[in-house]
Amino acid sequence: MSLSPSVDPRELIAFHLGGQEFCVDIRSVLEIRGWAPATAIPQSPSYVKGVINLRGTVLPIVDLGARLGLGPSEPSARHVIIVARISNKTVGLLVEAVSDILTVSDDRIQPTPDVACDTVRSFVKGVIAQDTGMISLIALDGILPETVAEAA
Amino acid sequence: MEAIRATFFQECEELLADLETGLLAMEEGQGDSETVNAVFRAVHSVKGGAGAFGLDGLVRFAHVFETTLDGVRNGELEVEASLVALMLRCADRLSDHVSAAKVGESLDPDGDQDLIKQLEAFCVAEEAGEAGELDLPIAFAVVPLSIGDAPEAFTPLVASTEAGPAEWRIEFKPHATLYANANDASVLLRELARLGELRVELNADALPGLDTLDVFGAYLSWTLWLTTEKAEADIRDVFEFVDGDCDLTIRGPGANDTVDIAVTSTPDIGDGDRDLIPASAGPLEGEMSLQDLLAMARGASSDTAEAEAAAESVIATEPRVLKEPSPQVSESANAPSAKSAGKATDVAQPTIRVDLDRVDRLIDLVGELVINQAMLAQQVHEAGLARSGNIALGLDDLEQLTREIQDSVMAIRAQPVKSVFQRMPRLVREVASMTGKSVRLVTEGEGTEVDKTVIERLSEPLTHMIRNAVDHGLESPEARVAAGKPAEGVIRLAALHRSGRIVIEVSDDGKGIDRARVRSIAIERGLIEPDAVLTEEEVDNLIFAPGFSTASAVSDISGRGVGMDVVKRSIQALGGRISITSIPGKGSTFTLSLPLTLAVLDGMVVSVGDHTLVVPITVIVETLQPKPVDVRSLGPHATVLAVRGSHVPLIDVGSAMGFRPDPASGSGVTILVESELGGLAALRVDSIQGQRQVVIKSLEQNYDQVPGIAAATILGDGRVALIVDVDGVIALRRQTATRPTLLDKAS
Repeated sequence: MSLSPSVDPRELIAFHLGGQEFCVDIRSVLEIRGWAPATAIPQSPSYVKGVINLRGTVLPIVDLGARLGLGPSEPSARHVIIVARISNKTVGLLVEAVSDILTVSDDRIQPTPDVACDTVRSFVKGVIAQDTGMISLIALDGILPETVAEAA
Repeated sequence: MEAIRATFFQECEELLADLETGLLAMEEGQGDSETVNAVFRAVHSVKGGAGAFGLDGLVRFAHVFETTLDGVRNGELEVEASLVALMLRCADRLSDHVSAAKVGESLDPDGDQDLIKQLEAFCVAEEAGEAGELDLPIAFAVVPLSIGDAPEAFTPLVASTEAGPAEWRIEFKPHATLYANANDASVLLRELARLGELRVELNADALPGLDTLDVFGAYLSWTLWLTTEKAEADIRDVFEFVDGDCDLTIRGPGANDTVDIAVTSTPDIGDGDRDLIPASAGPLEGEMSLQDLLAMARGASSDTAEAEAAAESVIATEPRVLKEPSPQVSESANAPSAKSAGKATDVAQPTIRVDLDRVDRLIDLVGELVINQAMLAQQVHEAGLARSGNIALGLDDLEQLTREIQDSVMAIRAQPVKSVFQRMPRLVREVASMTGKSVRLVTEGEGTEVDKTVIERLSEPLTHMIRNAVDHGLESPEARVAAGKPAEGVIRLAALHRSGRIVIEVSDDGKGIDRARVRSIAIERGLIEPDAVLTEEEVDNLIFAPGFSTASAVSDISGRGVGMDVVKRSIQALGGRISITSIPGKGSTFTLSLPLTLAVLDGMVVSVGDHTLVVPITVIVETLQPKPVDVRSLGPHATVLAVRGSHVPLIDVGSAMGFRPDPASGSGVTILVESELGGLAALRVDSIQGQRQVVIKSLEQNYDQVPGIAAATILGDGRVALIVDVDGVIALRRQTATRPTLLDKAS
């Protein structure tokens, strides 16, 4: 391992969502599992699909597409849930399909192009150019609603 | 180091508990040598551990305490009520020391001085007294001539302590902390006045002008002259709870000004006193044992000046007589110590310390296992495998095993209620002394086990109820005697298991609930209509109504701005219920019924649309299927349900939760629930699936609090179901118009 963190290669999990490709840092991902029907939570924001039972833990499911403003997903058997650790909470992220695991060094992550979209600005931490296209790196902090009051 | 420190404090907690248990046993006269040894060992171990961590203040105090206990252990000190009471106070102080050390603080050593002096006084008084008592018969035997003198010389001691009123001069200067701790000087003065004739002189010299006055400051001091037959200890008792919060000087009648017992004086006061040994001691030089005795008496700067004087007068009268008995005293004192040290063995069951998180993790996993087992059984059944086959048999065994594992794991978290009951004697002592009542606390069923969290959260409501019982429940000793009851009131605290729950009863033998007064207060507060017809039970239960206890009913002890409604709410938050029965003139009994664990809950599983919800059984009063005529509209949106003549708000759970835009029409089932605020409400659901025990899962752990939802659980099919927070739903109903619904989302 290199001592310099700036060129430390990172591993990222890439997935598809609404025709675009996104990725998250693999270190925050605990597991990936298939979709299971969620129990709806009253008074929750529209992007919170509900909660599922993950081996005894009540796991909230965030429809990442809806959260990123790409419109709500209609979950099917094809959909997967990325179980991720966000600050001190465990959250399931509903995505269409996991495509790849990338190993990239930090210098390949370009700053987010300046587009006038709040959602992009708050969640997209950077973009990575690939042969096949562009992948947006997503910052997971702030994916969950801050407070219920805000949600309501 | 941190780990060792944590272990030390854990052990301290146990040792202090042992200490108090032992002392209480001694108080009840069951202080055999084993108990005394256990008490001594507890203090000794705390001191030893504290020494290792450099907790000097704690060590110093523990040392004096230990010395006194050693005296008791050796048989030098007699176990009498006043000594045990003092030691209980010392145990409280020691526990305060430990709590302070735990958070890295240390208590003001001045606060210890009073207790230290009293402890030392006990040692000295006892020695002096014993010397005197033991001497007499021997004096009689050896030197017949002294018969005439010795008794006379001894009598003044008795006379000066017991008989005849004496005037005490008390200087009392409260610190600001005294007021900050919610004590009141006037209460103390009033208390003093009860001991005898009191002259009060106020010293307001220190009082600054209004412009510089600190409202939280303490500027006044008093000089008091008390003429009383009571002993100094009784006077000191008045100031027991303001130890360290005031400058206190008590000067006894015969004593000259040098035997001050200022609470805040420096520890080396004893050395100062040594210079003041009266000249009469001079001729006694060379009589070692006597000298030791005197030196000890003075070194301790005893407040029992008369004991000292008596010792002197005995010596002065017949010096040679004492030469022989004194060694005997020390001999007889040493003998039992050697004996008792030998049998200092403890028969305790071996235990291990386990991190609570690990236990909780295990409990979670077992909960999973139970759910998984249920799912497996369901799937096997659905697959149509023969019931009598090997698979079915194996499943039965598995079910049995998982049940047993679940019970055993739950038992790990279970603890005897003793740990919370143990805090109550101190509380009763404090409140009784503040209210001037004489109270005996009787505890039963301390070994009854219940979940650790329940125990932790039980402490506060129980403290409040006991305070109330002493303050409001019991009458003053005079009123009790007038009512033909013993002056000493009895508070009974009992725990027992009853049908899968723990029942805790707090009862007093006081005057019972004054229903007429409760009623008039309730009317005054607008809780009931003046012409309301209420049963006795309903009147009694009014004390739980929010707003019943308000500022004007606040007293020093019970009134901290919280009423019985808060107690009721905290009990309900634990999934429990509280009720009261009261017989006028005979007393009241509060009965708490609590679940044994917070990990599982008895719930009614209901359907609302496609959703499955769980309603806690504890809040359900009854379920009913109302006739359409009983549902009446009130205003544009609200509906009420007629239940036996009265109308309760009807809440459609589906629309309150946002599962559907409008209340469902047609048939349904209503669940009559009791809200925390005391009122009834009817919750309308589509159907009731059944009643079962569910494992409570936190929703906040990974998500957040949800209005109207208390927690989540996992049902037999592996899906998450939400547990309804009834009060939340009622609150939600009031605001649904402004909230988005799930249907809004979908569209």
